[in-house]
Amino acid sequence: MSTKNTVKWTKKHLLGIEDLSAEEIQLILDHAVGFKEVLERPIPKVPTLRGKTIVNMFCEPSTRTRSSFELAAKRLSADTLNLATASSSFLKGETLKDTARNIEAMKVDMIVMRHACPGAPHFLSGCVGASVINAGDGAHEHPTQALLDVFTIREKLGKVKGLKVSIIGDIAHSRVARSNIWALTKLGAKVTVCGPKTLIPVEIEKMGVRATYDVKEALSGADVLNMLRIQLERQKRPLFPSIREYVREFGINSRLLEKHAKKEVMIMHPGPINRGVELSQDVADGEYSVILNQVTNGVAVRMAVLFLLGHVKKEQVGEQHKKMMKNKLTIP
Amino acid sequence: MKILIKNGRIIDPSQGIDKTGDILVENGKIAQAGGSIKDKNAKTILAKDKIVAPGFVDMHTHLREPGREEVETIETALSAAVSGGFTTVSAMPNTEPPCDSQAHVKFLLERAAEVKLANILPVGTITKNREGLEMSEMGELRQAGCLAVSDDGDPVADPGLMRIAMEYASMVDLLVISHCEDKALSAEGVMHEGYWSTVLGLKPIPAEAESTIVERDIRLAGLAGARLHIAHVSTAESVEIIKNAKKEGVKVTAEVTPHHFTLSDEALKTFDTNMKVSPPLRSAKDVQALKEGIRDGTIDVIATDHAPHLANEKEKEFDYAPFGMIGLETALPLAVMKLVDEGYLDWPGLIRKLSTRPSEILKYNRGSLEKGAPADIVIIDPAKEWIYTRDRIRSRSSNSPFIGWRMKSAVTDVIVGGKIVLKTAGM
Repeated sequence: MSTKNTVKWTKKHLLGIEDLSAEEIQLILDHAVGFKEVLERPIPKVPTLRGKTIVNMFCEPSTRTRSSFELAAKRLSADTLNLATASSSFLKGETLKDTARNIEAMKVDMIVMRHACPGAPHFLSGCVGASVINAGDGAHEHPTQALLDVFTIREKLGKVKGLKVSIIGDIAHSRVARSNIWALTKLGAKVTVCGPKTLIPVEIEKMGVRATYDVKEALSGADVLNMLRIQLERQKRPLFPSIREYVREFGINSRLLEKHAKKEVMIMHPGPINRGVELSQDVADGEYSVILNQVTNGVAVRMAVLFLLGHVKKEQVGEQHKKMMKNKLTIP
Repeated sequence: MKILIKNGRIIDPSQGIDKTGDILVENGKIAQAGGSIKDKNAKTILAKDKIVAPGFVDMHTHLREPGREEVETIETALSAAVSGGFTTVSAMPNTEPPCDSQAHVKFLLERAAEVKLANILPVGTITKNREGLEMSEMGELRQAGCLAVSDDGDPVADPGLMRIAMEYASMVDLLVISHCEDKALSAEGVMHEGYWSTVLGLKPIPAEAESTIVERDIRLAGLAGARLHIAHVSTAESVEIIKNAKKEGVKVTAEVTPHHFTLSDEALKTFDTNMKVSPPLRSAKDVQALKEGIRDGTIDVIATDHAPHLANEKEKEFDYAPFGMIGLETALPLAVMKLVDEGYLDWPGLIRKLSTRPSEILKYNRGSLEKGAPADIVIIDPAKEWIYTRDRIRSRSSNSPFIGWRMKSAVTDVIVGGKIVLKTAGM
């Protein structure tokens, strides 16, 4: 899947998909193809970021994303540092700004940040010199999730343009939804968002999507379903009456799919799954589920992102890549 | 001391005057205004090509003294005020402790007299300790010198209490200034609910959080026979409600801040916490409605809602930063650029919004240049262009999103009580 893409990566930070062009997204996906191949080697490692230090600053719980970024960094031979703020001086009242500048004083190159507050990575990028990668900022964006999602779609279905993608769940509180909406619309997919009215934010159609509260409508004709987790921990006042009612109105199970969806509709989920809530067990583990592929692709996509940001000052990004692909590490 | 202001364009809407002439100030009062005046013993201020107007009266200022002097003191706030052309500021009572006693009112008046810059009009609380439970001793507050009461920062959530408080306030002829917000609707919101809150993923505050309480307070004011003033109107819906209420004869007036008629919610896409304000910056449609409301008189007053915060308080994640921005020093140029230059107001109309109407609404004996009036005067160079930089800021805090902006129109001289408190040699 090589491309005649002549776009160069020039951005110092990856804060969101909103400010990426379709060409920049394709550039990341194309690099990810190469890195996925690296991951399949007996020694899945390349030296391209040797000497670089990457800090994972996760101020919110995470299984997938944090491990994925850490592995990605290590596969690129970078040094990694994990900062889990639950056990840090955050508890002593140290501000985000001070924490970041202190870490930076130890000479780090990149900070991968996950935070509960929208705009936290933007804020960080304004007070440190390192590159900042947004690993999820509140309900705002989760760019690498959207990138691995479109990578998976492109890999499995050959394209993104013209596909019908339905994102179902708690749209209002979902950074996965927002980043996916940007990525999918920029690449030419037709996006439908679906959920209870109280979980669909106002004026979302202006982002270029169709909104519906009827799950049957969202399933009809869809090529891909991206299922979102109901975010119980983000709701202070319950926005729907009960899980039971949510499952009845919006839960996806095989009977519903049989009746209203294409047989081969691709099932995606960013994880973690609330089994039996947004997805039934059999659908989650079924034939058309690519949920675990998403996780595998996540490491490759994050390697691509770290690589591109790590070499952003260098002119010869293309040359670097070619050289790296030739020199496979072998045990002496 | 005598001061003679020569050849300025005298704009005094209280007398329907807009004419070039001279003004003589003597013994703290306007001795003569208009025509050509000669006085060899007077200190002369040359005001050719400048506007001479009654000093601005801000109906909405947050002094942080007493309680948070590191953020702003009375001295630094009044210094900022005069630099912006304000000769009186209405001190909102959400200080620590809040202004709900005659001792506190007297403290503010004494401090203003010590600092000798602008006047302070203390605003008392509607409820004791600003807790929203019981009425404050409004009779005492009136006697001590308050012309208005407010629980600003918060609404009076209990409508039963608001009704009673309005009745009582009207008995002692106090203006009730209401911060209209239903906290159950604004909940944990940090920005206007619209396309931009959807894109940014920040928790939203619907327009209805304001308009429902504007409606409520107008109805209650009608029932209580009170004079009501709506603070910091931000939505098109509120403007509409106020317009209709005025038609029905309800005694309601309203103010808009410069940041609300200058910026819309799209500006928050940079996550700049200096734009985090309550009520929030609204949509472009709302901004347009505010400007129309200013044009047609539905909105009576431009008030700053000057709200200082320290850098370390504001330099945080957007969700955690406090609400508010400073505004005394930028109100005039923003009004000139966004209202006068865009045709919503002419200069007399602007002076009406900044000086005349605030004084009328507060029943405050300022906002006029008639003979015998206290000499609170502002002299403005309407065409002066300058850049608002951090080092120019006289407020102790610099939480303003307008730093770096090109500004048009500058205050050059200010006289308070017949004394010159601001004289800029050149910029």
